[in-house]
Amino acid sequence: MNIINDPFTWAAKLIEPWLGGFLPPAGVYWTMVVLRAAVLAIFALVMFMLMTWIERKGVARIQNRLGPNLAGPWGLFQPLADAIKAITKEDITPTDADRLVYNIAPILAAAAAILVYAVIPFGPGLIGADMNVGIFFVLAVGAIGIIGILMAGWGSNNKYALLGAFRVVAQLVSYEVPQVLSVVVVVMLAGSMSMITIVEKQPVWFILVLPIAALISLFSGMAEIGRSPFDLLDAESEIIAGHHIEYSGMKFALFFLGEYVHAFAVSCIIVTLFLGGWRGPNILGLTVPWLWFFVKAVLVFNVMVWARGTLPRLRIDHLMAFNWKFLVPLSLANVIVVALADRLAQALGLAMGTWPWALMLLAFNLALIFAALALVGSSGRRAQQAAESHATPVAETQELAHEEVMTHGAEGAPATVGAH
Amino acid sequence: MLQDFAFVGIMLIVAVALTGAALLLAWVFRPRKPNPIKSSTYECGVETVGDAWVQFKVQYYIYALVFVLFDIETIFLFPWAVAYGQLPLFAVLEMVLFILILAGALVYAWRKGDLEWV
Repeated sequence: MNIINDPFTWAAKLIEPWLGGFLPPAGVYWTMVVLRAAVLAIFALVMFMLMTWIERKGVARIQNRLGPNLAGPWGLFQPLADAIKAITKEDITPTDADRLVYNIAPILAAAAAILVYAVIPFGPGLIGADMNVGIFFVLAVGAIGIIGILMAGWGSNNKYALLGAFRVVAQLVSYEVPQVLSVVVVVMLAGSMSMITIVEKQPVWFILVLPIAALISLFSGMAEIGRSPFDLLDAESEIIAGHHIEYSGMKFALFFLGEYVHAFAVSCIIVTLFLGGWRGPNILGLTVPWLWFFVKAVLVFNVMVWARGTLPRLRIDHLMAFNWKFLVPLSLANVIVVALADRLAQALGLAMGTWPWALMLLAFNLALIFAALALVGSSGRRAQQAAESHATPVAETQELAHEEVMTHGAEGAPATVGAH
Repeated sequence: MLQDFAFVGIMLIVAVALTGAALLLAWVFRPRKPNPIKSSTYECGVETVGDAWVQFKVQYYIYALVFVLFDIETIFLFPWAVAYGQLPLFAVLEMVLFILILAGALVYAWRKGDLEWV
């Protein structure tokens, strides 16, 4: 095995005989398992540092600032400086807090995010555990982080923290539905939940076959990790910082660790499901799968940074309406359309994984997204017209008592919302 | 398969150990100067009134119910999706019907006005 194509298998081949010198075969096996887990977890922590740097630099560029530029070249050592600062800061536990829940919450939030890395395929053999339920495991473990956040909100005994935690549960539980439904479509075409098989079934990247599922996955992924514009859980201007308001020092840093580690994990999962995973052209005769995977994942993360730097925070009712009234019906329709279109393509004799098949599914997807946007546009126009026709009688009857105008306006409002 | 889950278990232990080590490191180096004002609940600067642990209306319990509905749907959807390639057309149409029935439930909740944030 080539050191550049697959450095970890190469290193494993080097270590295993050495371990075999003084350990029984079972001991060698379990030592390698622990080493693999440790490498993955430390990789997650290094990615946390790199991603905070990329995010701060990216947002600074969007806002016409320089961003961190003093610690090391281009401010690359800024995350290290932050880590040292987090270690030396005083840790405050409020006297009213539930100490056990309060202290477990950051560990749970961070550990759940790190655990997702167990099934991310960085290369053909470069995976912690190639489970046959890989993507299902990601969805399940990703949701454990929510419990950590809820525990933080409850354990702090702080009204803002509790409000933030409740919002998180409403938001994350809602966005779980379109995320799961967009994953189902990929599983259908790949015929497996194993992350390795999903990548192997993508001679044509699934983003070209299933653009709707890819977009829904990106949106709901961003909502799942609670990043801007979906960052209602720590809306600074309303509930100060949400669930981590009472946390300081290292425990506060662990919440951020959980968020960024999860953000990069979501990027990796979108790369695996839709962007062909480690697939890419050879460079100088080397396949370098891990490099392609890493480049794609960083690009997807940059899309998230871009969204954060560009879009304002959504209002909570808009956020829920966007999910339940647009994303969920669209993803349900997407499952049905893809299932039937794929059957139709096979009836026409187009083999799965070929370009004609991909183009046919792409055509059906585009038709669905245009139909959905037309529907939303027309219902929006109708709602606007209804609001205007409600508004005119109010303007004409200016002699009405003030309260009557107010009640009239209040009657008009639900009709507008209902028409959406 | 069991070995895969063993790996996940070990990874969980490693992850908790790493985060625990970070907390331990901070415990060694951090200053400890608590005082009653500092460790009081931080809400808005004014002294906090009462507990946060009070009963109040959870507005979104309908969302939670609809979520449970769709979560159970996914339990049925995933095995179907894995087997999709080998299924006869009849089974595919059957699942389409199933999804449409659930979509009907969503439409019902929508028309009833339960999908409004209050």
